[in-house]
Amino acid sequence: MKKFMLALVLAAMVLSLAACGKKSENGKVVVYNWGEYIDPDTLEQFEKETGIEVVYDEFETNELMFPKVAAGATTYDVICPSDYMVDKMINAGLLQELDFDKIPNAKKNIGAQYWAQSDQFDPGNKYSVPYCWGTVGILYNKTMVDEEIDSWNILWDPKYSGQILMQDSVRDLFAVGLAKNGYSINSTNEDELQKAKQDLIDQKPLVQAYVIDEVRDKMIGNEAAIGVIYSGEAIYTQRENSDLEYVIPKEGTNVWIDNWVIPANAENVENAHKFIDFMCREDIALKNFEYITYSTPNEAAQKLIEDEDIKNSPIAFPDLSKYKLETYLYLGEDADELYSKLYKEIKSAD
Amino acid sequence: MLRNKNKLMLGIPYYVWSVIFIVIPLFMVFYYGLTDKTGAFTFENVSAIATYEHSKALWLAVKLSIISTIICFFLAYPLAMILAKYAKGKSSVLVMLFILPMWMNFLLRTMAWQTLLENNGVINTMLSFIGLPRMTMINTPGAIVFGMVYNFLPFMVLPLYNSLEKIDPNMINAARDLGANAFITFFKVTLPLSVPGIISGITMVFVPALTTFVISTLLGGSKILLIGNVIEQEFSQTNNWHLGSGLSIVLMIFIIISMVIQSIADKDGEGSVL
Repeated sequence: MKKFMLALVLAAMVLSLAACGKKSENGKVVVYNWGEYIDPDTLEQFEKETGIEVVYDEFETNELMFPKVAAGATTYDVICPSDYMVDKMINAGLLQELDFDKIPNAKKNIGAQYWAQSDQFDPGNKYSVPYCWGTVGILYNKTMVDEEIDSWNILWDPKYSGQILMQDSVRDLFAVGLAKNGYSINSTNEDELQKAKQDLIDQKPLVQAYVIDEVRDKMIGNEAAIGVIYSGEAIYTQRENSDLEYVIPKEGTNVWIDNWVIPANAENVENAHKFIDFMCREDIALKNFEYITYSTPNEAAQKLIEDEDIKNSPIAFPDLSKYKLETYLYLGEDADELYSKLYKEIKSAD
Repeated sequence: MLRNKNKLMLGIPYYVWSVIFIVIPLFMVFYYGLTDKTGAFTFENVSAIATYEHSKALWLAVKLSIISTIICFFLAYPLAMILAKYAKGKSSVLVMLFILPMWMNFLLRTMAWQTLLENNGVINTMLSFIGLPRMTMINTPGAIVFGMVYNFLPFMVLPLYNSLEKIDPNMINAARDLGANAFITFFKVTLPLSVPGIISGITMVFVPALTTFVISTLLGGSKILLIGNVIEQEFSQTNNWHLGSGLSIVLMIFIIISMVIQSIADKDGEGSVL
């Protein structure tokens, strides 16, 4: 009897494994993107035009996305990681080279400067296609802050105790601490990181909360006076609450690009290419830009923007030469561990 | 013989279930927890609990869950007594009313409290409307305790209600006949007879409160790191499953201790009933 049961259990396990291992194109494309980072209409339009069913899944930070993809529990066909994470995923062998013949809209519509920028983390532009880009800066409420903000130091001003929102992800949090001290946001120097950590611990009593997507809603709802936020959210929040203002601090900040990539274990490679090409079409890129208000690297779409204010908006399309900007780079496993350790020390401090 | 065989056959779904969803995952936790990245055996992941950040997070989690369990107990006991006192038909409606909110998603209920406790939230708006000063409630340890009590209170009420309901009213009548007043009857009869319910209620509140990470993230603004948050971050963000599993083993020890206490106390409870 016992043997029989054991055999049954083993059979069940083998069957479930076999089901997982099945690999074939199935008329779907499984997309893994940031939360609220696409106009749902464009997905519907894609389904209508191509007959490919879109299975859509969302993540909140690069760090949350990586273990899921690395573990391979779910196989995605298209993912949208940021710059340094693209680099990390290439290094981990998680991505496959794209066939740009199948993505004609990419090279045609996306500006040369963005390809040059993504060359930093994807040498030769083999693995990724830029989707959105922007900066990390300070969003503040003019009715609660009656001074000009131009520096990260405002986030350490005890006047605004309990009114400050910080980003709850390793790199964005450290970028603020490092940039404030004039260090590179890609620093791997332990002394610099310790200094940044200490500053962030000193700041903690003033911080209302460490959040990500909620910065937007809390700033619109007047819950906080100052928040660290991605530029793409700034236009949206201003539409909802005209008291909000976005600035890029003078000490410099991060300029990031989020990119479409195809993971090495994708099941629907053909459909994935179709999806990326569709996203690079100027009308689709425009639709997405108008919906999510994150800056598009799609120059053909930029030309189609009708609202002159938005078209020339210094938030959506800033003159990059005016600021001290850096793109996050993948810093290697040791640095990753150091960042995580120091991050935990900040989160654990009183 | 035939009956035995049938019994075994009926048990098969349960065996399969427990192997796939209990034994194998547990084995994996122990495997990851006791190895390092190269697969070599190590105790480092378990002993990592001694580092300042981890032991602080564990201590804080223990502290907050003990506070919540105590509050839950004192809120739940009178309620369970009221429920048990009512006639059968009436009390089932009341119990149902009490369980009703639990049908709503746990996450949604916690997020609703976020909206209530916020600086410009519902409660503060009402306070300032009647001329009282605003209070900072969200993102404090108090808010986390509040969230734990709110979410886990039914887990305390139901076992208490079950054990109180089982008490034969004749026992209480007998105590009163023999001259005990209400006070003494409660402490000498009702309370001792409800010990199994108390113990299982305490375990059912303490264990989920100790391991929670959702409540502390949502109501603590990610400012307060509990051991559950540390483990969650090791798995989901840092991608260090070995450390996450090692710390889970430590947490499991705590849970097993409270389960052992429960089973010992339950035996006593049954003995006294007989």
